[in-house]
Amino acid sequence: MSTIPATHDAAHGHHDEGSYLTPRGPFLSTVVAWATTIDHKKIGVMYLVAVLTMFFLGGVAAMAVRAELWTPNRYVEQVQPDGTTQTVLQGDLLGKLFKADGLGAANNIYNRVFTLHGAIMVFMVIVPGVPASLGNFFLPIMLGAKDVAFPRLNLLSWYIYVTGSIFAVLSIILGGVDTGWTFYTPYSSTHAAGHWNVVFMILGAFILGFSSILTGLNFIVTTHKLRCPGMGWFDMPLFIWAIYSTSIIAVLATPVIGITLLLLIFERLFHVGIFDPAMGGDPVLFQHFFWFYSHPVVYVMILPGMGIISELIAVHCRKPIFGYRAVAFASLGIAAVSFIVWGHHMFASMGELASAVFSFLTFLVAIPTAVKVFNWIATLYKGSIAINTPMLYAMAFLFLFSIGGLTGLPLGALATDLHLHDSYFVVAHFHYVMMGGTIIAFVGGLHHWWPKMFGRMYNEKWAMLGCALVFIGFNVTFFTQFFLGTQGMPRRYASYVDEFQFLHQVSTVGSWFLLLGFLVHLGTFIHSLVAGPKAPPNPWGGLTLEWETESPPIEHNFHHEPILKHGPYDYDTTVPPHYDPADYPLDTSTPPHRSGH
Amino acid sequence: MTSIPTQHDHQPSPGDPSAPGWKRYVAASHFRSAADEFDACKLGFWLFLATEVLLFAGLFCAYAIFRMMYPEAFAAGSHSLDVKWGGLNTVVLLISSYTVASSIRCAMLDKRFWLHVNLIITLVCAAAFVVIKFTFEYGPKWAEGKRPGVLFDYPLWSHPQEPIWWSVYYCATGIHALHVIIGACLLAWCLYRSVRHKAYGPTHYTMLENSGLYWHLVDLIWIFLFPLLYLIH
Ligand code: HEM
Ligand SMILES: [Cu+2]
Repeated sequence: MSTIPATHDAAHGHHDEGSYLTPRGPFLSTVVAWATTIDHKKIGVMYLVAVLTMFFLGGVAAMAVRAELWTPNRYVEQVQPDGTTQTVLQGDLLGKLFKADGLGAANNIYNRVFTLHGAIMVFMVIVPGVPASLGNFFLPIMLGAKDVAFPRLNLLSWYIYVTGSIFAVLSIILGGVDTGWTFYTPYSSTHAAGHWNVVFMILGAFILGFSSILTGLNFIVTTHKLRCPGMGWFDMPLFIWAIYSTSIIAVLATPVIGITLLLLIFERLFHVGIFDPAMGGDPVLFQHFFWFYSHPVVYVMILPGMGIISELIAVHCRKPIFGYRAVAFASLGIAAVSFIVWGHHMFASMGELASAVFSFLTFLVAIPTAVKVFNWIATLYKGSIAINTPMLYAMAFLFLFSIGGLTGLPLGALATDLHLHDSYFVVAHFHYVMMGGTIIAFVGGLHHWWPKMFGRMYNEKWAMLGCALVFIGFNVTFFTQFFLGTQGMPRRYASYVDEFQFLHQVSTVGSWFLLLGFLVHLGTFIHSLVAGPKAPPNPWGGLTLEWETESPPIEHNFHHEPILKHGPYDYDTTVPPHYDPADYPLDTSTPPHRSGH
Repeated sequence: MTSIPTQHDHQPSPGDPSAPGWKRYVAASHFRSAADEFDACKLGFWLFLATEVLLFAGLFCAYAIFRMMYPEAFAAGSHSLDVKWGGLNTVVLLISSYTVASSIRCAMLDKRFWLHVNLIITLVCAAAFVVIKFTFEYGPKWAEGKRPGVLFDYPLWSHPQEPIWWSVYYCATGIHALHVIIGACLLAWCLYRSVRHKAYGPTHYTMLENSGLYWHLVDLIWIFLFPLLYLIH
């Protein structure tokens, strides 16, 4: 692949040992240098910025959805001042905002807003989020490598990501899409909103797929080929195991969504009929294709989050992770099982036997997942737990993800799923795993690695406040939705009966706390960048390789190629590098732990 | 017999501008050696090929399902394909697979002239494949109204689901043809770099080898498509 020698060496070969963030020229040339960089750290930061931008966009849509649901969309008889009664439309907040005409049009706008939210959050935030930003930044450093295996391909992935996102945004500007993030046929191929909006949105998702594939491929090869001397497979930090498993899923599953979306585009543009029942095509085939990708992909979303949690828990309670191999193999096990459970999204459209088999297989997923959760809890046991933001986030993850995982089981069981399918219960379930799992882990990881990435500490108190707000807001927003779902509130409607209004309003209030929490985090991060105290190389006393280099890392990551001398979590036998009690503002009295008791 | 140096005992001579490209090649600095880099590129490329196989797996899956649902439509549709042209294209691709493999062998043996000859034959085959596909297969069929989906407009159809067959046919062979074109571009790029920079020789031929692998994949997929589409009546 890289056959042109010169360019690559120019970036890696010189002997300037400053931080990767130090600008090397006037503003404009610094911008150009970033835009053409092949340094995985800068690309990681660029991904972080891009992903957070999309998270903001998706978040605005989420707030709009919750606001719309404050009151149901419906016609009511109203007595006018002159005594006559008139039918007026009520509750159509978004409808009024966008000057929709009538109930149908108002509902249509609601459909577009939740689709916008779902598609952005899934394809542009959660799927690429952790691997592309934190993974890109830390995978090579944790392996003791100078870069990923194919640095230029890495930059290309970023541009592909941005191109895909631009198509999606273009589709939104053209008026948006009302298919839901799942693009089910035949609706998406025939009736759905404006022609080109749908094509652009699907094209955007298709292009984003290439970015996932290339990043995944890059990470797999990097893990195989660029581990530093002394690092065997079982000396890798668990975050690497998670990213590695994720990459395998991404590489194997994404091509299938690629061909699916391509066929869908053909269907939309030329009406080839493959998914169109009117022409003898099979719309359920689309669902099979779609979920064959999209179920494994929920593990692309969660595995990196699980990897982060393994790091956070081990580092912030200074104990060897309980059952290292079990956690590592659980990642691979989840990756394997995730390919054979897709049918649980379409129990209603399959035969009884197939449904029963898929139901059984779905329960299997819970096993490796539970193995991980129990191992984390066992790690906490008798550890010296630091109460700081990363740890709080790790705890929040354990709590929320457990709820999310456990509520997956009634969805996987046939008898209960028939009632819960397509209800708010499903909405609550996947928000508990995707947001309560992945996003929570992401934010926790961001705090954990922030000092390393940007060389500045953040204000622990404010960050903990933000965490508390997010945690409370999240539960208020989404726990209510379990009740709504079991009581029969279907997903994706702007209207509902009066009985549901109270719970909907509670949920909406929760979303404001959630927003507030994220704003507090944003403020803390900005404050840290502007005025935060300088971070030491190893603020938490971690043992993985990223803590052995400077904060922020130098251009080539390490002054010398590191040689691994201890395992990633050997807290009982090893003193962390750069250890200085003054670096531990929260825990200055006790020396580093030398045994796990 | 003198032993030929391989990618695994690579001694770059970067300073000498008159040396051929492959001798001047230096591995990227984050790899420990050129051999490591070569292995990494191969691993990466095999993974990429796996994704291509999976992409086509979706198409094959659609094919299997619709053939199961509408066997008569598929038999009838397949009947109106021309085995002669399909067979000729199969031969053309097989020949090109041989020549592309030889070109890599020639790079290993430092026979630049034959490397170029082989690559040129491969490119000619690629062009022949595309020309045959478009002028003798797609062209006449499209003109007769044998088109995919709603565009289908063939008065003498024998089964109501024939449009689906044509959709599968055009999607599968069309996406395959796109791969042929991409593969040919890769090989043309290799040819250019070899002519211009003498880029490939015994100790460095990564790009050529990977492009060759890609070409074999394109060939392999056709080997499956040909009987499934042309030979099912
Ligand atoms: C313990 C493991 C899990 C089990 C047993 C499970 C089970 C299920 C089932 C059966 C459904 C289909 C419900 C229905 O539509 O009727 C579902 C939906 C969903 N799950 Fe899970 N799940 C698990 C973990 C996860 C994780 C880790 C994620 C993502 C990070 C996730 C994301 C989703 C999403 C996004 C949907 C809804 C898709 C849609 O219809 O829009 N699940 N889950
Ligand atoms: Cu699923």
